[in-house]
Amino acid sequence: MLHISDLSFRYTQKPILSDVSFSVEPGQLCGLFGPNGSGKTTLFKCCLRFLPIEQGSIRMNSVDVSSRSVEELAKTVAYVPQEHKPPFPYLSREVVLMGRTPHIKGFFGIKRQDKQIARDAMDQLNILDIADEPYNQLSGGQRQMVLMARAIAQDTPLLFLDEPTSALDFQNQMKIWGLMEDIVAEGKTILACSHDPNHVAWFCDKVIVISNHGIVGEGMPDETINQDILDRIYHNTCSVCSNSGVPMVMPKKVALRMENY
Amino acid sequence: MLAERHINKIIDKLGYERHDDFSERRKIFIIFILLGLVILAGVISLTLGAYNISVDLVYKTLFIHLTMGDISSISKLHNTIIWDIRFPRLILAISVGGALAIAGAVFQSVFRNPLVEPYILGVSSGAAFGAALGILFHSIFFSIQIFAFIFATLAVVFAYSLARVRGQTPIVTLILAGVIVGSIFSALVSFLKYIANDSALREIVFWLMGGFYYASWNDVIMLTPMVLIGFIILWSLAWKLNILSMGDEEARTLGVSPEKNKAIVIAIATAVTAFSVSLVGIIAWVGLMMPHASRLLLGPDNRFVIPACFLMGAFYLLVCDTLARTITMTEIPIGIITSLLGAPYLCYLLRNKGKSILG
Repeated sequence: MLHISDLSFRYTQKPILSDVSFSVEPGQLCGLFGPNGSGKTTLFKCCLRFLPIEQGSIRMNSVDVSSRSVEELAKTVAYVPQEHKPPFPYLSREVVLMGRTPHIKGFFGIKRQDKQIARDAMDQLNILDIADEPYNQLSGGQRQMVLMARAIAQDTPLLFLDEPTSALDFQNQMKIWGLMEDIVAEGKTILACSHDPNHVAWFCDKVIVISNHGIVGEGMPDETINQDILDRIYHNTCSVCSNSGVPMVMPKKVALRMENY
Repeated sequence: MLAERHINKIIDKLGYERHDDFSERRKIFIIFILLGLVILAGVISLTLGAYNISVDLVYKTLFIHLTMGDISSISKLHNTIIWDIRFPRLILAISVGGALAIAGAVFQSVFRNPLVEPYILGVSSGAAFGAALGILFHSIFFSIQIFAFIFATLAVVFAYSLARVRGQTPIVTLILAGVIVGSIFSALVSFLKYIANDSALREIVFWLMGGFYYASWNDVIMLTPMVLIGFIILWSLAWKLNILSMGDEEARTLGVSPEKNKAIVIAIATAVTAFSVSLVGIIAWVGLMMPHASRLLLGPDNRFVIPACFLMGAFYLLVCDTLARTITMTEIPIGIITSLLGAPYLCYLLRNKGKSILG
């Protein structure tokens, strides 16, 4: 579904990504994992052509993205950004309805069907109660849920989620991960970045670890989220335990406490 | 109410069912009411003026003209005042008010800033310079209107190309470029004022304050179709305008190319503004205030804001112009009235409803 080869990008002199290659198969929930400033968001932005790449190629559905128009790209990939706040008080349901834009044709093309799809997406996330509230007056977590609903309404085979759970409470985090699992079960593909090694290890089908401008680990989550890689990217601050087969990443101090117990 | 039932029938025909879409029905209803208000204001405005003509004579004249009847039953003087002076002036006020208001709504959406007005890219200063040239050097710059339009467009093209770097036009640079170009042209206008003699200076100052004194059918024929075409195009792009107001990256992910669409809507909004300004001078406040007022009534969705804005701008300028020509013996420049009425209104909006319009 997504094939990236030899991707490099730099902000004027500062290299951000160099020679990044990986691919995500259809129906996979792929986690993108790495420390702050390692280039996860930049990678998304390169794939979406917000940023001009220095070299390499990005293919979605075996078509190079550089040959795609903005309209075509929006039918292929939906993007949930980390944080943004528009200046005008659009209602949440209007924001979700905006997700239907790539499918809208003609003059006044918003159909009842589009409204229904937007409504269903909000229903799926249990956020119909904030449908009539101004989006830019919601809390960060609520906004994240609305953007998630918008991405679902956009109905694309590929979804890029930039830290979709960063502002959410525990229950909503689990709801979003559960939802992502449902989405890939429908045959869609997700590339989601996260800062929580446990989430990545528990819910993803595949993990890509990036650090220092490149990929340092790639593969199945229980193999990739290992002591060696976490030590490298987090400088010996956590330890990977296993609780009857389920991997569990903990701060070193807490893990020590467990051993002493 | 009869009118309400009729409006509801029309809304049914537009495809909005009664049991859902409640709020959108309400919005369309409000737009119809605004349309009624504009017509009402027009009907009243036509009967008012320095020269006293009885109400039934006014409507009789109008009726004869609209039905292509025999006009000879009306005295020539009355016919001239009603049909050749008041009526075109009314249509012109409606067109200019609508044009400035929708241009304001468009600029505010594209620049993602609710405090932007249509003159932000230097249209007004460019037009002022062109007009001042026309007033001062009439033999070379033969038409005030044409040169006002040329320089208004030139100013915006200049600002836009100044702000364009590597195929991108970031909003902050665009606004800054507008300020720069605006101040250059303002300085040039000041220079022309400085070298102008007393009567030319007086004329420039009056032009800058705006007014419909010389409104004629020619002006209407030049402006009104342009404004209507601009309005229809912008209205049809209203949903894209919503997307653009979310920001460039958002627009791209939703399949709306920001560069292309921004250029189109800015060009149209600038064209209608430049046309209006070159015909009637610089009228402040309409373009800033009306988008706020319509968002307050209808929410930020441009599919409803654009038509509401057009009608509210039309209504506001119509009322202001009627006041301008009736409250004193001589005419007051309309710019003075729009500002005097507008400033307190915006003040009220900000103090009481600031949260709901500015978020």
